[in-house]
Amino acid sequence: MPRGLTVDGFPTEEELKKSPGYPSEERFKRGPVAVVECVQEIPCNPCELACPRKAIQVGVPITNLPRLDEEKCTGCGICVARCPGLAIFVVDKTYSDKEASVSFPYEYVPLPREGDVVLAVDRAGSVVCDGTVLRISNPKRNDRTAVVTIAVPKGMADEVRGIARIRGERIG
Amino acid sequence: MAVVGAGPAGLAAAIEAQKRGLNVLLVDMNLKAGGQLIKQIHKFFGSHEHRAGTRGIDIARDLYEEAVSSGVEVWLDAAVYAIYPGPVLEIARGILATRTASKEMVHASRVVLATGASENAVSFPGWTLPGVMGAGAAQTMINVERVLPGKRVLMVGSGNVGLIVTYQLLQAGAEVVAIVEVAPKIGGYGVHSAKVRRAGVPILTSYTVLRAFGDRQVEGAEIVAYDEHHNPIEETRQFLDVDTICIAAGLKPYAKLAALAGCELIYSPVLGGWMPVHDENMHTSVPGIYVAGDLAGVEEASTALEEGRLAGLSAAESLGKGGPDAADEKESIRERLSMLRIGPFGKARADAKSEVIKVGEKICRAG
Repeated sequence: MPRGLTVDGFPTEEELKKSPGYPSEERFKRGPVAVVECVQEIPCNPCELACPRKAIQVGVPITNLPRLDEEKCTGCGICVARCPGLAIFVVDKTYSDKEASVSFPYEYVPLPREGDVVLAVDRAGSVVCDGTVLRISNPKRNDRTAVVTIAVPKGMADEVRGIARIRGERIG
Repeated sequence: MAVVGAGPAGLAAAIEAQKRGLNVLLVDMNLKAGGQLIKQIHKFFGSHEHRAGTRGIDIARDLYEEAVSSGVEVWLDAAVYAIYPGPVLEIARGILATRTASKEMVHASRVVLATGASENAVSFPGWTLPGVMGAGAAQTMINVERVLPGKRVLMVGSGNVGLIVTYQLLQAGAEVVAIVEVAPKIGGYGVHSAKVRRAGVPILTSYTVLRAFGDRQVEGAEIVAYDEHHNPIEETRQFLDVDTICIAAGLKPYAKLAALAGCELIYSPVLGGWMPVHDENMHTSVPGIYVAGDLAGVEEASTALEEGRLAGLSAAESLGKGGPDAADEKESIRERLSMLRIGPFGKARADAKSEVIKVGEKICRAG
């Protein structure tokens, strides 16, 4: 049975690891880093301009896959809200002894709040563990794409890429 | 010059021609300018030059302001319903606002048709029930009218429109129960599919909708998987509890006005069906009439913008108002267009477009 991005709708581990935007395991060990999950040649390059350190390169032609320079990347996360495909994450596998942090774009209302315990989901949208909301970043330059950072068990850092949508109204 | 349609192609054509010294009238049948951009609340793909990373709604606003400030006269709520040799446009103004229309005849030296595209339908038992609608219609409801068409949705089609509207239905508070795709592969960009998968929406490839159930409105849908010989696999037949079925089965050029004007049409499956033949200046087979955007082959907003610029510039040039940089500028627009038509998604469109232009070079005389 064929699998992968064009059948399942999300990239497999194999597709991700052979793409030039996916950091090495050695780099993950050194702290927060951008994880660019863009494995299909589409004409798009805002990530290239987003990075103040020029750690993401698309170049010419514009359909090149974004290439992450993992030495230049500090994991600052500015690129996360700038990717129109919502395909960039920041993963920090050194967050604490037992936990990793995962930052992802979130364009639903209501937003979670700091300290909330939320349902963390994998790329298929399946709930895989609980997460704790560490921070929500939504400065003007994000243009209304909030970036949510959650802490999850260390072993889930390669799986968790979002949270289940929070339903219902929330006042205040 | 008259421009019909104030979407990205029409706005770009109007701005370009006005800046080069033509007097431009831009007409659109809707109450708001921007075409499909006014419901594109997501950030756009593309390159820096095409304002990638900016939301479509913001691009629409900026283009409209640029058109008005550069001196383009804009008539909204103005429907062009006839076009005569000249060219002369017959326009009904004020239908939406007043329910009565005043008729205007407009003589133009040049006309740019940028009438866009319309949604393809898919027919199946129950498809006329209220609750079955085009994905574009659902998008207008949620993002322009702010009305949720339903609570539980089945999306038919996994091209970019199906994927993006699915995401926006989720943002608007609906559940999308599934996306069914008759082809064995997802049609749209992987980043769009990844976004809706992460939100928990299943995408069922090699599946189609068989029928819609319901007494006076949609109360459910039946779907089934196909094997490689396109035979339904009985044991996959299942009922989905939905109140809305959105059809995202592609778009076709909205070529009625172009046909009425006498423009030669050509059939291009890749570009959406029947469309006006045009040359490399976007000029049609009818002297003085240009086309741009989805009417000239269904593509994307960024290509529509560039084609609009090219049509506006070519029209100005044909009236001696191209300016000293016209040839260079046309070359760089064509260069940007070809950059938008590369990669696995763009290559087929590039080839189809060259076919159209090849025919166009024979039958489209310079305006």
